[in-house]
Amino acid sequence: MSAFLTVHNLSAVLHGFDQRVLRSVSFSIDTGEVLGLVGESGAGKSMIGKAILGILPSAISIIEGEILLDGQDLQKMKPADRRRLIGATAALIPQDPLTALNPSRRIEPQITNRLVDILGWIKSDARVRAMELLNEVHIDNPERVMASYPHELSGGMRQRVLIASAFAANPKLVIADEPTTALDVTVQKQILRLIRELQARHSTAMVFVTHDLGVVSKVCQRLSVLYGGKIIENSSVPDFFQGPKHAYSRALLAATPKYTDPDASLLPVDEAVIEAVAAEVLAADKEWRHGA
Amino acid sequence: MAHETVAEEMSTERDVLFSAKGLEVAFPDMAAKPVFGRAPMVRILNGIDLEITRGSVLGIVGGSGSGKSTLGRALLRLVEPTAGTILFDGQDITHLNEDALRPIRRQMQMIFQDPMSSLNPRRRVGAIIADPMQMHGFDSISMRVDEALDHVGLPRSFRSRYPHELSGGQRQRVGIARAIALKPEFILADEIVSGLDVSSQAQVLNVLANLVKDLGLTLAFISHDLSVIRRLCDRVMVLQRGDIVEYGEANAVFAAPQAAYTRELLDAIPLPDPQQAGW
Repeated sequence: MSAFLTVHNLSAVLHGFDQRVLRSVSFSIDTGEVLGLVGESGAGKSMIGKAILGILPSAISIIEGEILLDGQDLQKMKPADRRRLIGATAALIPQDPLTALNPSRRIEPQITNRLVDILGWIKSDARVRAMELLNEVHIDNPERVMASYPHELSGGMRQRVLIASAFAANPKLVIADEPTTALDVTVQKQILRLIRELQARHSTAMVFVTHDLGVVSKVCQRLSVLYGGKIIENSSVPDFFQGPKHAYSRALLAATPKYTDPDASLLPVDEAVIEAVAAEVLAADKEWRHGA
Repeated sequence: MAHETVAEEMSTERDVLFSAKGLEVAFPDMAAKPVFGRAPMVRILNGIDLEITRGSVLGIVGGSGSGKSTLGRALLRLVEPTAGTILFDGQDITHLNEDALRPIRRQMQMIFQDPMSSLNPRRRVGAIIADPMQMHGFDSISMRVDEALDHVGLPRSFRSRYPHELSGGQRQRVGIARAIALKPEFILADEIVSGLDVSSQAQVLNVLANLVKDLGLTLAFISHDLSVIRRLCDRVMVLQRGDIVEYGEANAVFAAPQAAYTRELLDAIPLPDPQQAGW
């Protein structure tokens, strides 16, 4: 089976700077598969998600590479066609549920709009679907929630609403951009289970962006570790947690706190390891320049 | 001090720096306020008793809305308690007014959750650390700024940087430097690593652990993440909806949690292990 999403050799630059912010990134995801993108802040993990959805900030532009979504090359499409394709097949679960919802509108239109605007549903159908979805994300009282404003809901409830709205149009691909960092641990567990459940039921392909390796071990089948906008290790989840191959990945894993092991002092990622991985990234840059 | 109170004698005996008895906090519930008349009160803390001994680290854990931040702020008298007493270094500070509190404020400092919004974006790091010292009338401030930066492992040249030029972990270390520069007896750290990624989190925790050891700091560390608490704290208090559900030595709590809620919090932590039970 061919991959549902293929990113091939994707590079991007920030305007006015010589350096690339995404460095020849390649990966692919099959239907029903979850890929974790892991890295520290600034590694470019969210940027990849944004590039796929075509919502990169205007100061960043893609300079080479392809993004194939369902076999179609996004870079070669007309912007309007591209938007239509992405809107109909992909969705985002954002990081901060409060800023992602419009504070001055009730929940109902915020879920149904996509169905009405992009898929051309009529309002009453969209409303029925929204109710179904809120049931599916285990909200007990969908009527009340649909009539609420975002500030009337708790953080966990807001994230449920956003998950419902992400899955509203039966997307084939979902980009989850740190969907649980704003939540506390017990709510995080519920939300992660919910995402897993929906992803499995709809066999959605999923890109899961996070800095938390603990979370990756729970939801992903494969992962890519990023540093400086470059993938430095690809691995299956079981193999990775047996022992990562790259020194930087090992350091990242060692920095993850484990309450079961109190004496293990947390190792911040060693300067030497950082220097080595940075040198590796720069060397790859040089090679890339020669190639180009 | 002219006369020593009984409480002070007791506390010096066991070297208790901070203690609270029957601490209650309630806020008016503005959502339920009638058009005329008072808003009904919502209780946030239901009678908390605690003691923090000098040189120890108390971890305060709980889900969102459990009252952990309110407890911290009530101890520092940043929110008014509705009932109960707070003793700091043997002195009852529950009802002291702002003027009387000011000299004590230097003794109790706070490190905030979001380092970006708690550092003035228009001031350089050196000035940010120096300002509170100036206010409290310290001498040789410049030297103390250097010292504080050394303690948190930042180069002295960072004095001339602005907060936006620093990474999240470095900013948080500036927050720590600002707090320790005043040589306080007590520091409240409220969710100080929850906005950081794992490697900067490890860095900040290590800095803090070393400072506790080297400077003999007394610390209350608020977090929703038990694995972070485990790394740093001697004692742990677990809060749920304003009540203490568990309070004891960290090792004992982690080895055999008594309360169901503590168990639940522990089980909810995603360990970096695909085989973890209960997921």
